[in-house]
Amino acid sequence: MSCLQTVADYGLRSMGYGERLLPKTDFTLCQQFTLIGSGMLWNIYFGVLALMFGFLLANVIALAKASRFALARKPAEWFIFIFRGSPLFIQFFLAYEALVLLPRNGIEIFGMTAEVSWLSRAWAGALLVLFLNTAAYTAEIFYGALRSIPKGDLEAADAYGISGWSKFARVQWPTMLRLAWPAYTNEAIFLFHATTLVFFSGFPAFRQEGDALYYASYFVDKTFNPFVPYPIVAFYFILLTLALIGIFGIVNRRLNRHLPSNSRSKLKFRPQIIR
Amino acid sequence: MFSSCAAPDTLQGLSWLLCYLTTGKHIDFYWSFLTVLTLLAVTAPTALAFGFGGAMMARSQYLALRIIGKGYTAMVRGIPDIVFFLFFVIALDQGIEWFMHQVRCPDWTDPIRNGLEFRVCPEAKVPNNSAAQLWHSVYGFVLAVITFALVFGAFAANVLYGAMQAVPREQLETAEAYGMSHGQVFRRVLVPQMWVFALPGLSNLWMILIKATPLLFLLGVQDIVYWARELGGSKTSAYAYPHPDWRLYYFLFLMVFYLAMTKVSEVVLARVQNRLSLGQATAAGEAQRRAAV
Repeated sequence: MSCLQTVADYGLRSMGYGERLLPKTDFTLCQQFTLIGSGMLWNIYFGVLALMFGFLLANVIALAKASRFALARKPAEWFIFIFRGSPLFIQFFLAYEALVLLPRNGIEIFGMTAEVSWLSRAWAGALLVLFLNTAAYTAEIFYGALRSIPKGDLEAADAYGISGWSKFARVQWPTMLRLAWPAYTNEAIFLFHATTLVFFSGFPAFRQEGDALYYASYFVDKTFNPFVPYPIVAFYFILLTLALIGIFGIVNRRLNRHLPSNSRSKLKFRPQIIR
Repeated sequence: MFSSCAAPDTLQGLSWLLCYLTTGKHIDFYWSFLTVLTLLAVTAPTALAFGFGGAMMARSQYLALRIIGKGYTAMVRGIPDIVFFLFFVIALDQGIEWFMHQVRCPDWTDPIRNGLEFRVCPEAKVPNNSAAQLWHSVYGFVLAVITFALVFGAFAANVLYGAMQAVPREQLETAEAYGMSHGQVFRRVLVPQMWVFALPGLSNLWMILIKATPLLFLLGVQDIVYWARELGGSKTSAYAYPHPDWRLYYFLFLMVFYLAMTKVSEVVLARVQNRLSLGQATAAGEAQRRAAV
């Protein structure tokens, strides 16, 4: 069987297209690369969506935490503490166990029956956990940045008579993003790394449609040889990390474009591994 | 455990709960918390030692050592840690068995990697097939500790390398001007002063290490996650204490455990940071000096 044929059969296997049965014996390198690569689609799906929604929620929570009103500040502080203070692994387990307890035939809301069983599936349930988790980590980063906005910037805004919403939208928020961006880049990278935990933590892989690490450990279980599949996962993730750094670097340049070139903040990849 | 627990079917309410929570398996569950704490207690110093070695190598004068040190710290970046956890445990296991195989059975002719199997001679099995179950658990735990130390050592190396670079250059130059040798400067000036710079990074690492301990479950160690799943799953009336699926409550308990660990660590580390800043040429140290005057 040629390699192209394998790609056609298994390229979208993780999404449920192509050959139904996974290869059982005589694994070729091509099969491993194709299946693990197809699993990467899930990692990208989880990472991109959680990052996008998490970014929006993180802004709200960071502002709430910086608020003067305890009614807004306390819930935000607790949200951040719970999601940053406990392992993501336990959060996945907890969420899965909670979501399977939802009634099977839907919840009655105002006479309408809302189907909820899909929430216990990985594509929705795990995404929900990752979304809340990254929102908490990002909110803490944004909160820190919000507090380190140079005093002079705010005074200058006051001096120009900019206040309220336009002060926030034109001075505070862009500066916060600019200051937070290097740390946020790291958070994004580690969010992608965290997506590998999904199928190891309660959420079952429906019809053997899993992520990159799921297929890699499938191969390791079958061949008892860790020296091929895991380096393939590592290879894919290094590519993904480089792509992320590239994309975030472009945004970083845009956020810093008004500054003299020697005071721009550079993106630095600093490790902060498990959540 | 209690004599009143002899006939579980007759118990009601609180006394049922008390008996349920003191069954042999639950005692195992409580002991597994000790496994997690032991892992933390053993891994943290080991990883720190690995990190110290890595950082020293990374700033060595010799190119070869420098490449090894920097390569070690760069190794863990960009790759999900869980890949390392899954990889190292099997790789170490196979590596040890392969080595034992070479030593103990030199005249074994069959290939070790035969198709889909990894086969060594029976004498090379670690631990031996006839060994007690306890030794298999201990061996698994030791492999897990080494894996954790290797991965976290890389991060500690990164932090310590940064801290060593952060010690003010004048301090070292002063020591050199007093005629101290390279090693003396390192031991007497650089190392005592670097901890205050290293502590924020190391405390971050400690928090991450706490949150990484559930991964023990993936390494096949019977840790708290294993027992929570085992005990929480629904029990039919064939068991002494039948109950529906209670895994949610067990995981809630684990969550509270981890949150408490995080909170306690935060408080303790803040104190240590305060203590280390005493008399240092940093903003925090200066603030303490002002407050004392």
